[in-house]
Amino acid sequence: MNPRETTTDVSELKRPRRWHILVFLLPALAVYTAVMILPLIETLRQSFYNTVDGQYTFVGLGNFKVLFGDPRWASDFWNALKNNFVFFLIHMAVQNPIGIALAAMLSIPKLRFSAFYRTAIFLPTLLSFVIVGFIWKLILSPIWGVAPYLMDVVGLKWLFAPWLGRPDSALIAVSLISVWQYIGIPMMLIYAALLNIPDEVIEAAELDGVTGWSQFWKIKLPLILPAIGIVSILTFVGNFNAFDLIYTVQGALAGPDGSTDILGTLLYRTFFGFQLQLGDRSMGATIAAIMFLIILAGVSLYLFVIQRRMRRYQF
Amino acid sequence: MSKARTSLFRTGAVHAALIAYTLVALFPVFLTIVNSFKSRNAIFREPLAIPTPETFSLIGYETVLKQGDFLGYFQNSVIVTVVSIALVLLFGAMAAFALSEYRFRGNALMGLYLALGIMIPIRLGTVAILQGMVAANLVNTLTALILVYTAQGLPLAVFILSEFMRTVSDDLKNAGRIDGLSEYAIFFRLVLPLVRPAMATVAVFTMIPIWNDLWFPLILAPAETTKTVTLGSQIFIGQFVTNWNAVLSALSLAIFPVLVLYVIFSRQLIRGITAGAVK
Repeated sequence: MNPRETTTDVSELKRPRRWHILVFLLPALAVYTAVMILPLIETLRQSFYNTVDGQYTFVGLGNFKVLFGDPRWASDFWNALKNNFVFFLIHMAVQNPIGIALAAMLSIPKLRFSAFYRTAIFLPTLLSFVIVGFIWKLILSPIWGVAPYLMDVVGLKWLFAPWLGRPDSALIAVSLISVWQYIGIPMMLIYAALLNIPDEVIEAAELDGVTGWSQFWKIKLPLILPAIGIVSILTFVGNFNAFDLIYTVQGALAGPDGSTDILGTLLYRTFFGFQLQLGDRSMGATIAAIMFLIILAGVSLYLFVIQRRMRRYQF
Repeated sequence: MSKARTSLFRTGAVHAALIAYTLVALFPVFLTIVNSFKSRNAIFREPLAIPTPETFSLIGYETVLKQGDFLGYFQNSVIVTVVSIALVLLFGAMAAFALSEYRFRGNALMGLYLALGIMIPIRLGTVAILQGMVAANLVNTLTALILVYTAQGLPLAVFILSEFMRTVSDDLKNAGRIDGLSEYAIFFRLVLPLVRPAMATVAVFTMIPIWNDLWFPLILAPAETTKTVTLGSQIFIGQFVTNWNAVLSALSLAIFPVLVLYVIFSRQLIRGITAGAVK
């Protein structure tokens, strides 16, 4: 990129080459391009190559065919993809309603201690997945017995089960741990959106007799839809890129029996190998390419469809 | 009278709900820290009790400090995080200044190119990043992590900082130019001091994912000498999984710095999020 004089500002001295623009841009551009963009392109390129008979050759969509249809890969892949969607849907179904409810309560004018609640509820978001994962693993562990004890206090002990160890409940349990950690983000963004609603809008609604619940549903909720849209796309990107929590809680095999395997853990096992499985660079690149396409599709849908529609509601 | 009573009732219900959720959010952290100071028997017998003189024990911390090189891990994390943030802020502010201050061909395109990384996670390029780091002989060095985190942090930094730099008055910069300041002096001496609040916001946002990341330390720098706190505690806890004292103490040690920083920076952070700086 060669920055050139394009402005026709006569009051400035004629400078044919404004080198300082290049100097300002170069460091960021160099690091970003070399460490992020080029590796991303290179990874996408490698998803079209594989080693055939000892030769590294172009195989077209061969890797994708193997991933989708070959019995050694397909069941793992579809399982991880399905689990990833379940993981995302649980986030959306649990995190958004709780986040909105918390934000709505915090935004009540003159609520005492609201700064304290806000700070405390946001704390888990700052902890690493490693800390969060292990803490919950301990709490839910039948050996320690904190969870059964607490459930006994409220008379629900019969409900307790080693959720993380059961194939039918492990994914839900891990998703809820992740929701517990990330609830602060939707809460804060929606809280900010609620505070940004102009007082006149609320006053006008009150003059028309729209108060309480109906005010929330008919006036406030439509106005915070853009914030909910942002939260949703952030969650989507985060979920389809997730790895750390599942690796910490359930290990690289994402057990029990692959029931918590998502694309991130599948990518890790495929690329680096695990136990008896050898690392496979090409298939790793292929899975990364699929993740890229899924995230790109989600982001495009958000930018070109959802966000455009929502613009109309903004002030 | 009855209206006042219902509103009092409603406020009470709201507080009850918020207190309940605050407990849900804080309880696990509280439980971990409290039990890290207790003897093994007390951890199991009365997990919810706070340590008393009889049950108080530092055995877990002794194990952690003897077995794992936590001080070393901590130092690695600090180096990686501080250097990455410094580079993100410097390079990010320079690029943001170029994009917001000058009109040149390809400006909008350049902004879009740099913004790509806000939504597309850098992890997807891991396969080639590892190959590149192997080729550059940077595997198991902190430099590899710093490069990756700098690239990861730049897009959001450029985006937020260029929004802020557009609000810096043109008159001020032009006055500087008339006084004969170079473009570099205008950037470093006039503009940078004015966008300091935005820099602080960017620093906090950049810091959290770097400090907490497990993926890149696991892949690029898993050696004993380059482990970060996050990776170090992950591996340590994996090994000591039956030694509950050690596990709880390691977790508490990992929580502690985050807790201290949060107490100091929580206002900055929350103001940053609620100012609509992240969109």
